[in-house]
Amino acid sequence: MSILAYNGGCVVAMRGKDCVAIATDHRFGIQAQTISTDFKKVFHIGPRMFLGLTGLQTDILTVRDRLMFRKNLYETRENREMCPKPFSAMMSSFLYEHRFGPYFIEPVVAGLDPKTMEPFICNMDLIGCPNAPDDFVVAGTCAEQLYGMCETLWKPDLEPDQLFEVIAQSIVNAFDRDAMSGWGATVYIIEKDKITERTLKTRMD
Amino acid sequence: METLLGIKGPDFVMLAADTTHARSIIVMKEDQNKIHKVSDSLLISTVGESGDTEQFTEFISKNIALYKMRNGYDLSPRESAHFTRKNLAEYLRSRTPYQVFMFVAGYDPNAGPELTFIDYLANALPVNYAGHGYGAIFASSIYDRYWHPNITQAEAYDVFKKCIAEIQKRLVVNLKNFTVAVVDKDGVRDLEPISAASLAA
Repeated sequence: MSILAYNGGCVVAMRGKDCVAIATDHRFGIQAQTISTDFKKVFHIGPRMFLGLTGLQTDILTVRDRLMFRKNLYETRENREMCPKPFSAMMSSFLYEHRFGPYFIEPVVAGLDPKTMEPFICNMDLIGCPNAPDDFVVAGTCAEQLYGMCETLWKPDLEPDQLFEVIAQSIVNAFDRDAMSGWGATVYIIEKDKITERTLKTRMD
Repeated sequence: METLLGIKGPDFVMLAADTTHARSIIVMKEDQNKIHKVSDSLLISTVGESGDTEQFTEFISKNIALYKMRNGYDLSPRESAHFTRKNLAEYLRSRTPYQVFMFVAGYDPNAGPELTFIDYLANALPVNYAGHGYGAIFASSIYDRYWHPNITQAEAYDVFKKCIAEIQKRLVVNLKNFTVAVVDKDGVRDLEPISAASLAA
């Protein structure tokens, strides 16, 4: 089995009207054995920016720590907040630095540009090939199911509360068909004046 | 083959580890202590490749001791776990990775008890209860049934007894003895070992 599917888990992000949403499951396992059911794979890394990482948990932690280090260094040097777009570019080059010994993760970035408040979502493969579409991005062991759900439920210009409903239904129904993901979920809705965090109760099996 | 168990309560962390040291099909000794006292309020239990367990645990604990000498205060359990994971993760991508599975257990007067699960890939997570090794397969369902947020030390010790009874009943490998240690606000303490004989009595 692929090392990317060693611990299980999934992340999805969606664009809405002047808002973005990102959701994660809570499972941490070692192959088929569940170790913990409160491991969130999405990290709050800026005032309006979230980073989701799926894949090998050790690399999730390492990449999160090293990217935070680079981001903090950038912000100290430039004396301004880092926007999601340059953050993604930085992550892409960071991952490509390890082209021949990669970190086994699939990242997802979601956020609003601090100046224009333009929604931004982006995902990458493990060596940093970026993809920033205007609808949704998925990652994790149930990426196929997530694509199916997102393709069916998502439409342009969703309001924040509609977007929550769409992303919540997408992730829950995707990971219920995957043994490696699930055990609860957390959804973050990012708007220009507030961030809403909601925990979803789901099937625990 | 070897087994580690760990339970976190509201104001303590308890660890259990078997005492078997086996090489290939031969049992070399039956009284090896795998729970290491690192500081006044920190325990690390380790299993895995036999040389690595000793070397890596020693490396970590001496560095934690050095930190205290240099700074005049101890590394907190959370910081210790982070330090341990970081080293293990860096060695993982070197030519000489350490194959160790461990629990970092400690008590912080401000943050309370902390139990961190770390495996040989440096996957790490704070947990309420967990196990390493084949014995953990039998322990996880027992934890799920008997652990609760207000568990006392006596109850946790009983949960270990239940786990060990099951391991000795169902696991092919013979794990006769388990040492038990606890860390709480009063520091680190060894408890009565749990063995087949003590369970029968």
